[in-house]
Amino acid sequence: MRYAKSSSTTSRRNLLMGTAAAGALFAAGCTSNENNDDGDNAEQAANTASDKPGKAVAIGFAGPQADHGWLNAINEQAKRRAKEYKDVTLEATEGSNDTAQQIGQIETLINKKVDVLVILPADGKALTQVGLKAMRAGIPVVNLDRIFASPQAYRCWIGGDNYGMGLNAGRYIGEQLKGKKNAKVIELAGIDNLELTRQRTEGFNDALKNYPNIKKVGRQAAEFTVESGQAKMAQLLQAHSDFDALWNHDDDQGVGAERAIKQAGRDDFLMVGGAGAKRAMDAIKADNSVLKATVLYPPTMAASAIDLARALGQGKGVGGLAELEIPASLTLYSAVVTKDNVDEYLPTGFS
Amino acid sequence: MLNQPGGRPRPAAPAEVPEPTATLTKESLRGTSADRPKTGGRSAHDRLWALADLRNLSLVGVLAVLIAVGGFTKPDEFLSTDNLQLVLTQASVIGVVTVGVTFVITSGGIDLSVGAMVALASVWATTLATQDYGLGGILLCAVLVGLGCGLVNGVLIAYGGMVPFIATLAMLASARGLALQISDGKTQVVTVDQVLDLGLPDSYILGIPPLVMIFAAVTVVGWLVLNRTTFGRRTVAIGGNAEAARLAGIDVKRQRLMLYLLSGLCCGVAAFMLVVLTGSGQNTNGNLYELDAIAAAIIGGTLLSGGRGTITGSVLGVLVFTTITNLFALNNLQSDVQQIAKGAIIVAAVLVQKGRSTP
Repeated sequence: MRYAKSSSTTSRRNLLMGTAAAGALFAAGCTSNENNDDGDNAEQAANTASDKPGKAVAIGFAGPQADHGWLNAINEQAKRRAKEYKDVTLEATEGSNDTAQQIGQIETLINKKVDVLVILPADGKALTQVGLKAMRAGIPVVNLDRIFASPQAYRCWIGGDNYGMGLNAGRYIGEQLKGKKNAKVIELAGIDNLELTRQRTEGFNDALKNYPNIKKVGRQAAEFTVESGQAKMAQLLQAHSDFDALWNHDDDQGVGAERAIKQAGRDDFLMVGGAGAKRAMDAIKADNSVLKATVLYPPTMAASAIDLARALGQGKGVGGLAELEIPASLTLYSAVVTKDNVDEYLPTGFS
Repeated sequence: MLNQPGGRPRPAAPAEVPEPTATLTKESLRGTSADRPKTGGRSAHDRLWALADLRNLSLVGVLAVLIAVGGFTKPDEFLSTDNLQLVLTQASVIGVVTVGVTFVITSGGIDLSVGAMVALASVWATTLATQDYGLGGILLCAVLVGLGCGLVNGVLIAYGGMVPFIATLAMLASARGLALQISDGKTQVVTVDQVLDLGLPDSYILGIPPLVMIFAAVTVVGWLVLNRTTFGRRTVAIGGNAEAARLAGIDVKRQRLMLYLLSGLCCGVAAFMLVVLTGSGQNTNGNLYELDAIAAAIIGGTLLSGGRGTITGSVLGVLVFTTITNLFALNNLQSDVQQIAKGAIIVAAVLVQKGRSTP
């Protein structure tokens, strides 16, 4: 446009030609798939959130007590992401596993009139009412991972895919054991009382159905703790003197499971983890133990939730999609991290 | 209260030599000990029976049934040296905790903070700073943390006049909180080889894992202290009737303090064992140990109201629970069934004991 303006002083024809030239240049730029010019992108993404500072947004963040690695990572990811934006102030509550306490904390945030709320409920169903209350008060809620009972209680849900986690773990193991006759698989699940454990197991079972040569011969549920992982794995190893693959739902309890495997002196099978702890990724990279892969349940979702909250607060959509509005629900993909792609995922690993 | 139907008359059979009780127990105050044999000259035979206490026979029976079921359903996996090592190893950590809890319950108290103390001690003992001091540092730290928590419990209860239930409940909350604060919710992996090696088969002596040896040693010492020392008799006495014990010249406060210290010490040792077993420290360690330990002590025959305690029974209780878990896992039964069975066995064991002790 500057080109056109400078030529307007000479003649009308020059102006027309200049405009045409600028238009042609612009059009030429658009045919290119190369992302070598930031100017183009900015124009295209005028109404989607970008890194550039915009309207100031106060985000309230309420999560459960960070008493284990993954939840800890959730808090860290959210805080780190918020710090990256100059226009975002994060009001994070003290994490709590107590439903009543978490409701109180969220109500405090509503009273403080934050612009957007990001809520990872300790118990999704139990916190539905407070989600509704926030929405009615005109505060959009980004529901993180554990879903509220009513879609009216949130503007956008973002979370992991437990069924997909099982599915991808099963597929990976299936591919590894392809061609092996009468292959045996065992499963070390998480807390059986939780729906997510059942979803993971369901996905795992469904994936294994595609491989008639594989049979799941054993399953025990641990409690997402190192101690229970060691205890249950020791029992599974005793029960099955011979199997080909193991899927462990959670890398935290995997510390105990691997300890039990070492104590039993076994290394005749391949192990797949879950969640994506840094320690597990390090072990996959080193490739000196039974652990060959882990299926992600990415804690980066908390950072993405902050992105979504900021975009909501600024009234913008997300980049890379044609939609003008932020989607109502985003289910993340549970990638399988193996030796081949571990370097890519290592920075997201949590401890 | 739980299994003490009004005035439990004991048969005078010499085989039922009671757990040595102090002269001032509830029973003695009610005069029901009149028919108790005067154990002036105990024969070796009597002592042997005292060791195995008939009350425990019901548990031995349960254990025998479990072993029979295991041998029948999974002969190859269940009846093997590996599995025996496994069951005993899995029982050892909670077993040590239960020995300490048995003392506290025998004295008429309760310790709800054992799980939290194990968590705190295991976390504190596995911080990077502690790991610098190696095996000795980790062991010392775990024991000291356990003792420290026990000291706080003991002082609050014995000298602060707090009810044990409340004081140890407070400890449960704050010790878990502190464990979370220290570990920051992270799993602290141990890198000290000496500690890690203790949990591996290479360190088994004559096929016995070191953890099982610690468990055995704690059991024997606990049995001796409860049954063969003044400390043990005082414990039983204040559990039976604290006021009578005080009148008889026992320093009840000091005794209570010592008992909670003892429970803390057991938790410290158990925390070290758990660190060896799992090769890590985590603030979720020792989850619900308080309930497991109390359940094991109660089905073993220790009175929840105090005045009677049996280490043998507690250890058998722990072994029953561990064997059930093992049996169910070997048969690929899921945790729902396991929990139902656990509850049923607690009820059954207590009912059988009641049946045995009521005419």
